[in-house]
Amino acid sequence: MSTLIEQPRYSCALGVQQTVVAIKRAVPILYSGPGCSIKISDLIGQGEGYAGGSTIPCTNSGESEIVYGGEDRLRSVIDGAFQVIDADLYVVLTGCTSDIVGDDVGQITADYQAAGRPIVYAETGGFKSTNYVSHEVVVNAIIDQYVHIWNQGGHVQKGLVNVFATVPYQDPYWNGNLEEIKRLLVGLGLKVNILFGQHSGGVEEWKTIPDAEFNIVINAWVGKGIAENLKEKYGTPYTHFPYLPIGGIETTSFLNQIIDFANFDEIQKAAALAFIAEEESIFYSHIERTADFMLEFRYGIPRRLYSLLDATYALGFTKFLLNELGIIPEHQYIIDNTPEEFQEEILNRFTSISEFRSAKATFEIDAGKASEEIAKDTGKSRALILGSGWERDLAQKIGADLLIVSVPVSYRLILNCGYAGYRGGLRAIEDIFDRVLDTYR
Amino acid sequence: MSEINLHEPEVLIREIRLGSITGFEGTAGELVSCAHKGELHDSTRSFSQCMGCSSGNAFCQLSMITDAAVVNHAPVGCAGDAFGFNFVYRVGQQERNLPPSIGRYFSTNLEERDTVFGAVEKLANTVREVYARVNPKAIFITTSCASGIIGDDVEGTANELTKELKIPVVGCFCEGFKSRIWTTGFDSAYHSIVRSIVKPPEKKTNKVNIINFWGSHIFEELLEPLGYEPQYVVPFSTIAELEHISEAAATIQICPTLGTYIGAALEQVYGVPEIKSPPAYGIAGTDAWLREIGQVLNRSEEIEKVIEKEHARILPLVNEYREKLKGKTAYLTAGAAHGHAIIALLRELGLEVKGAAIFHHDPIYDNGDPTSDALAHDVRTYGDIKNYNVCSKQAYELVNILNRVRPDLMIARHGGMTVWGAKLGVPTLLIGDEQFGFGYQGILNYAERILETLDNREFVTNLAKHSSMPYTKWWLEQSPFSFLGGNTHVDTY
Repeated sequence: MSTLIEQPRYSCALGVQQTVVAIKRAVPILYSGPGCSIKISDLIGQGEGYAGGSTIPCTNSGESEIVYGGEDRLRSVIDGAFQVIDADLYVVLTGCTSDIVGDDVGQITADYQAAGRPIVYAETGGFKSTNYVSHEVVVNAIIDQYVHIWNQGGHVQKGLVNVFATVPYQDPYWNGNLEEIKRLLVGLGLKVNILFGQHSGGVEEWKTIPDAEFNIVINAWVGKGIAENLKEKYGTPYTHFPYLPIGGIETTSFLNQIIDFANFDEIQKAAALAFIAEEESIFYSHIERTADFMLEFRYGIPRRLYSLLDATYALGFTKFLLNELGIIPEHQYIIDNTPEEFQEEILNRFTSISEFRSAKATFEIDAGKASEEIAKDTGKSRALILGSGWERDLAQKIGADLLIVSVPVSYRLILNCGYAGYRGGLRAIEDIFDRVLDTYR
Repeated sequence: MSEINLHEPEVLIREIRLGSITGFEGTAGELVSCAHKGELHDSTRSFSQCMGCSSGNAFCQLSMITDAAVVNHAPVGCAGDAFGFNFVYRVGQQERNLPPSIGRYFSTNLEERDTVFGAVEKLANTVREVYARVNPKAIFITTSCASGIIGDDVEGTANELTKELKIPVVGCFCEGFKSRIWTTGFDSAYHSIVRSIVKPPEKKTNKVNIINFWGSHIFEELLEPLGYEPQYVVPFSTIAELEHISEAAATIQICPTLGTYIGAALEQVYGVPEIKSPPAYGIAGTDAWLREIGQVLNRSEEIEKVIEKEHARILPLVNEYREKLKGKTAYLTAGAAHGHAIIALLRELGLEVKGAAIFHHDPIYDNGDPTSDALAHDVRTYGDIKNYNVCSKQAYELVNILNRVRPDLMIARHGGMTVWGAKLGVPTLLIGDEQFGFGYQGILNYAERILETLDNREFVTNLAKHSSMPYTKWWLEQSPFSFLGGNTHVDTY
């Protein structure tokens, strides 16, 4: 794997400001240089939201904060944030400048915490990791430094679950995905802390995290560290579904895994299975209705898949497109800087992508290099590329259809579109064939 | 006047070079008079919101040189703006009928161990790989807070690689923490171009450098009949073209906030005369600007004819617009010199400017010539502007002010600001093309868009009904300048 990155598709550790923005009425306070926040918003932001974008408080640290320390400056910006910004939770995030210099931010926020202020901090200097990794760091910081003050556990609510799925904003379809995941889990009869986005209950919901009967991680690798933390802290067990469930087969498999893990009685189980059956039949009624088109369209539809995606999306889409649409995987490039400890498990899932087939996957943060390899494609049939806005020329060069499902998105406007679940599967098919059919004059 | 010093790899930041500030509250006249007396004090804010930094502004000028590559020596997050500029680059290709091509931007991806052991080797290897992959005519290295604090020898590395690869490998020093004025990044980019790309002139040409972003090509219409050819710099130039900008007959800036450094550098180092009048916004401004062009290009007679003809064409139309806009009020937020330009346009059209939040203030430009002071020109030509606030993109101040002022129209010239007007139900206009309001025709262009915006109230009215406000009630009742204070004396110019 390269060390340099051409065509970046994720942010640095500080990119996790968007995780905070995704919590209702929470606001990040950046103890960082002046340009960090806007660059993160440029890549993964989706507008101001409630208190994102240009609203985000920041010390705009300069030479004097680096030479003489910026702790007074940070205190004054925190004081101002409490006065000016109407929020329920304030999350102090450090940038490179503060982390290299080594300011004691924990001590500063501890003073405010002792005064009963809803504030937490996390060390997220850009060089420390990526926003995938620091998502866990920040969620754990909120649990350890805030939720735990209100709720030390011991009041397990039957049927309550916490969901840790994709990284908000880094997954451009996070809102839609969470909406569908919540809908499905509620359909099974569970009470769901979805924690981020419009369908969550904000900070009050976070305070009930320790009460969950179990936790659900829906991700190739991000979120396991949160579930482990909760297991250790509150004894909450968790179940891990290692990719985004898209379409009939995988969503059913995901929901069955949840049913198996939940301590449902017979009546609850029967109701949950009936819900799945109903959802499946709706999903397949649409597929059946249009199957003739997919079989007959004489001018060509994509038959091979390249992807440049994070591990969660890559596995989810590769399985879905192969097993439900018959689009054969070519080389898949996993661009999320997956930590080594998770790589083997992910590769094994590609090796056994279907009953009949193994798919080739490589971990490669340098998408420019991946893109050069894909450009050498000499396949005989039309290909589909799932990637980002960077792939426009590549797709044209090899005559492929491109569906942008990764940041940077730029060529699409996203409101509540999502690809998770049964509804997300249908949406994915619509979007892919929308791109395909739009190429004919 | 700042002396251009091409021996140093780094350009001095604007605070030191020009005495520029980011905080002020008063009238435009007071600001101008303080600045001219050399009594300008910067004010710091005890509470602040995220701004922008030099590296983004440096990158915006370097990222669209068509045959160069850019390496950002930084953690990957600093390259978060790469795709945005790639998007602009590609739209610009389309507008200029150029073939589609992707911007070649790379991050050295600094990680924790690099901050301990240094990363010059990583930088060198990245540059070598970029050379092999892209085969560019030059490679620019932009620095970051992290690379700056750990003290990597970027200049030394760049010099060695220049010898090794036999193309210019050029350091551009634009660490975000060094300056509060993000437009310092323009100076960094231009410094690296003038220092390491531009060659001494071999001959004089009939080209006129237009220092601009990626706006529309409006200067052909003026210059070609005079026997000159506009050369748009820097975006969409090639390295070979940049090598010869020292041979131009003159340099025009569409905005001195952008081009102050390169305009002065080309004049001081290579004798290319810089047009020093404020850019041509409003009638009086356009007259003065054109007359200086006439003088510098030795075409005064022709220019007088242009002025006469254009006055005859636009004056009746401008008067019609003035009638329609009578009694309307406006509030403005924008970068410095372009903000001054928009003030001229609004006042020319008879709107009452109720105030402005302008991102920073340069008391003087690198040419040292007070003629270039566009704000002074505004005050002289159209009278003072009350509630003139120097405000480095601090949305909380802006919202507070807008909530009090409630103008008929808000004009913004930066992303992230428009929504605050709209959330309060104020029709809001953002014009991206910096050339849109330029010259005589620009007055008409703006007038038409303003009328359209004032007329179209449906969207903002509905949005205001359904918007939330992240600012506390307490804050909206305070003076907008409650957090502005703690004067820092700027006396270094």
